[in-house]
Parts: sequence; C-alpha cells; structure tokens
Amino acid sequence: METYSLLRSFADSWYLLFMTLFFVGIIAWAWRPGSRGVQQDAATSIFRNDDRPAAGGAYDDAPRSQSQGAR
Amino acid sequence: MWDYVKLILLAAVAVLAAYAASQARDLAYLVHMMIFMGAAAIAFLWQIRHMGEAVHNQNEYFDGVVRYGVIATAFWGVVGFLVGVVIAFQLAFPTLNFEFLQGYGNFGRLRPLHTSAVIFAFGGNALIASAFYVVQRTTAARLFGGGLGWFVFWGYQVFILLAATGYVLGSTQSQEYAEPEWLADLWLTIVWVVFLLIYMGTLIKRREPHIYVANWFYLSFIVTIAMLHVVNNLAVPVSLFGSTSIPVWAGVQSAMVQWWYGHNAVGFFLTAGFLGMMYYFIPKQAERPVYSYKLSIIHFWALIFLYIWAGPHHLHYTALPDWAQTLGMTFSIMLWMPSWGGMINGLMTLSGAWDKLRTDPVIRMMVVAVGFYGMATFEGPMMSIRAVNSLSHYTDWTIGHVHSGALGWNGMITFGMLYYLVPRLWKRERLYSLSLVSWHFWLATIGIVLYAASMWVTGIMEGLMWRQVDAQGFLVNSFADTVAAKFPMYVVRGVGGLMFLVGALIMCYNLWMTVRKVGEAKPAASAAVAAE
Repeated sequence: METYSLLRSFADSWYLLFMTLFFVGIIAWAWRPGSRGVQQDAATSIFRNDDRPAAGGAYDDAPRSQSQGAR
Repeated sequence: MWDYVKLILLAAVAVLAAYAASQARDLAYLVHMMIFMGAAAIAFLWQIRHMGEAVHNQNEYFDGVVRYGVIATAFWGVVGFLVGVVIAFQLAFPTLNFEFLQGYGNFGRLRPLHTSAVIFAFGGNALIASAFYVVQRTTAARLFGGGLGWFVFWGYQVFILLAATGYVLGSTQSQEYAEPEWLADLWLTIVWVVFLLIYMGTLIKRREPHIYVANWFYLSFIVTIAMLHVVNNLAVPVSLFGSTSIPVWAGVQSAMVQWWYGHNAVGFFLTAGFLGMMYYFIPKQAERPVYSYKLSIIHFWALIFLYIWAGPHHLHYTALPDWAQTLGMTFSIMLWMPSWGGMINGLMTLSGAWDKLRTDPVIRMMVVAVGFYGMATFEGPMMSIRAVNSLSHYTDWTIGHVHSGALGWNGMITFGMLYYLVPRLWKRERLYSLSLVSWHFWLATIGIVLYAASMWVTGIMEGLMWRQVDAQGFLVNSFADTVAAKFPMYVVRGVGGLMFLVGALIMCYNLWMTVRKVGEAKPAASAAVAAE
C-alpha cells in the first residue's frame, strides 16, 4: 500500500477514535466527582503571590492553609 | 566563569557576522549581518562592564524583562499602526506611493511591514512580556533560567529588525505572515526554543500545585508556533552568504502547508496566546475568579483540537482536493462552540461586578476585546462556508474580518493588559489619568467600527460587482470599476485607522506620565487591595 493510503486509512480510523476518546475523557475528567474544590483553588490561585514568589522550595513543602491565608 | 563563555561567544558571533557581511551577495544579507554584528558587539560591551554582577534572587520575581517588554509592546504598536495608516491612505490615494520611495516605501513593500509589525512585533512582545509576568505569578516562582529571559527579549527584537529591514529591501519568501527569509527564520527558531525552555522550566519548578489555565494557553501557543514555524519555513538556502532560498514544498502542498501555518498563526498566536492573557488579566482586573474553571478546561482542549484542522478554508475552489476543503470548512464551523464558550467564560467573569463597567475604563476595554473576539469568531466560521467564501474571498471583507479580530480582540486586550501592568511593574499607586483611558477607549472603539463597517460595505460590493454578468453572460464590471467604486470606503477605513493610532498615542502618553508623575504605591495599600 502506498504511504498516502496507509496514513489516510489510519487517520480516519484508529487515530480518529483515539482523539475522540481522548477528548471525551477530558470532559469526563473535568466533571469528575471532587473536582470542584481543586478547581476552586486553582481559579483563586491568581490572587496569591502577587508581589513575590512563595516561600520555601517545591509547593508540597508549604501547607495549603498557609498560602490560602494570603488571600 | 559563565560570563567569560558568554564573552567568547559574543566576540565569535561579531567576528563571524563581520566576515559574512564582507562576503554578502545582496544588500539585505549585508544589512542583516551588520545587525547581528552590532547586536553582538553591544552585548559584548555590556557584558564586559557587568562581569559577575548577575544575581538572581529566587525570592523576587524577574520583572525587569517584563518592563522592557511592555515598553517594546507600546513602541512597536505605534509603529505598526502608523505604517497601517500610511498604507491605508496609499490605497485610497495612490499618489502617496512616492516616486522617490519606489522599491522601498511603496504599498507592496510596506504591507508586510505593517502585518508583521502589528502581529509579531506588537502582538509578539505583548505575548512574551505577559507570558513572563503571568507564569511567574501563577506558579509563585521566579522565571527559570537566570538571565535567559533577556536573551529571549533582545533576541526577539533582533528578529523584528531582521524581518523589517528584509521587507523594505525586498528579501522575502512571499508566504503570508511568514515572509522572512531563512536567516531570520533560523534565528527566530533559536529564540523560540529558549522561550519554550524558560516557560517549561518555570512550570516545572512551580510552587503552586495546579497549573493555572492561562499557562495552558500560553504553552500551547509557544509549542504550536514552534512547530508551524519550522514546517512552513523548510527551505534550502542558495548560498550561505545570500538571503535567497528555495522552498522544500511545491504546488498544492506548499499552499496547504502555508495555510495550515497561516490559519494556526491566527489560532495559536492571536487566539490561544491572547486567551492566556484573557484568563489572567480579566479575573485580576475584575477581582473575581474566572466564571467557570470547568468551562475553561473544555474551552482549551476543544480549541486546540479543532483549530489545527481549519486551515484549508483559505483554499476553497483551488487545486486542493474537495474533501480537504470540506474538512477545513467543517472544523471551522465547529470552532464556533469553543470560541463562544470562551467568550461567555470571559464575559461572565464580570457577573456580580457589572458595575465596574461604569467606573473602570480598563475593564471596559477588556470586555470590548472579548466582545470583538466573539464577533470575529462568529464571522470567521461564516466566511469559511464555501458558498459565502465564493463571495467574500479576495475582497476587502476579509480585511475587515481580520481587523475586527486584530484591532478589536488583540489590540484591546493588549491595551487592557498594558494599563493593568504599568502601575504594578513600576510600583505606582494608580494610572495617571482614567479619563485619558476613556478617550483611548472611545477613539479605538469608534475607529474599529468605522474600519469594519467600511470594509463590509466595500467587500460585499466588490464581490457582487465581480460576479455580475449581463444577459449574454459577459462580466459587467472591469476590475478598475470596483477600485473606483471603493474610494469613499477606503477613506473611511483610513480615518478609522487614524483614530485607532491616536488612541494608542494617548495611551503611550498616559503610561509615560504614570511612571513619571504618579507617586509610589505603598506596600500597605497593595496588601489591602489583595485582601479585597
């Protein structure tokens, strides 16, 4: 089979299926149970750390309650 | 140690560029090598006077480069708008193509200068500056890579100079929005990869658990532009010492690759990147979190899944296979959904705070920007329908559509961003004058309305005149008839552009006076604002 036909048939079968499932998966993931709190935290994260970087090293060193106190 | 390596590299670049300039086969190449030599020499002198001085305090944000980016955005904006006004009047009054400027300052040379100046110089600097600002605030970490941010900023300015001088001197590869020749293309690739490195590095060392949605848009913009730029500019230089090159793609493949590039430059440079701005600056200015974070996630993925396929709608009724044209049209229409989802998300962020529209001209600017985003993304899919396209293609309707997106969406959101950033970056307590912001707002808005409305009228008129046939089936109008009929609309368009330019000049004055005349913000006051 020539390259064009091979790629073409792959693109409109398995790859199309993969992309559709991936996309549906993202929507399901956005609506997963328990996502509300995480998303709320992310949406308000822009109101923290306006003037200087957060103290400490990686984020998991700092307790969440502390960084939320800045809000 | 690293400073000495830099000195050696800069010296080597300056010497090599000087040699290449001496071997130059054309004027554009000579000028480009002089630019490289000059830039390397200046950087060398700067470096030798600042040996070992670089300190990167991880407990402070890297804002110096953002300040420079803001200045560059305002400067290139005015330059780009000015060239746009000039070419608008050149179209209305062809005598403005002065004889003594023939070959340098006529419409054909200035038009790519205008498009690249506004898209890549104004828009690009706005994107780089705001990306650096937003990624630091949302990750709560200093920019990755020490002083590399400066390399990206100055490297990008060098690219702009290469592109601009190349256009005026006639060194282009004739691909729309991708005119620069191989030398400038290679340089941009280097700068862009460093930009990506800095961005990824900052995300990796973030001190917030979640990557805020604005960063997703910025990252997709950086990655996709790198991919588009490399694929569309694959070319073999004729000589190492000349600016001409032979493209790898030919025929309909070349056309498809060009519009895959061209439309995704719109989709990822002018849309995804600027949506990153929208998702940060509108919530910040409104002091409310984004309306729906779920919607923003779906907005992002739907947008990037669909946009990449929309390019073929630029090639209706060409040699491109019908299925590809239909595919492009279908995906363009599907783009209505994520675009309007995103617009609703931006607008509804103000729900409960609509009163700010009365009191805050900056947020008014941002909201109008999102409104124009919605209008342009309604108009675009409509024009991609093949039957509509048979009327609109090659007419001024397209120009009007592009400008309602570019002036309305990209311009207005960038102005809003500049008004937001300048007091914060220079630690001023407020803007110099809100009434000047209002003047800017109304001049720009009315200017855009004049521009878009006149282009709708002239575009549809032109399309109808071109297809008008008499009873025997002969065309009624010659091309020159349409040109003559368009004159009044061309004048209106020029006036609209002039108003937009005056608004931008007022903004520059206002921002300048903010930095010069307004008192310093007190730390206590800013803490009170943060606590709402």
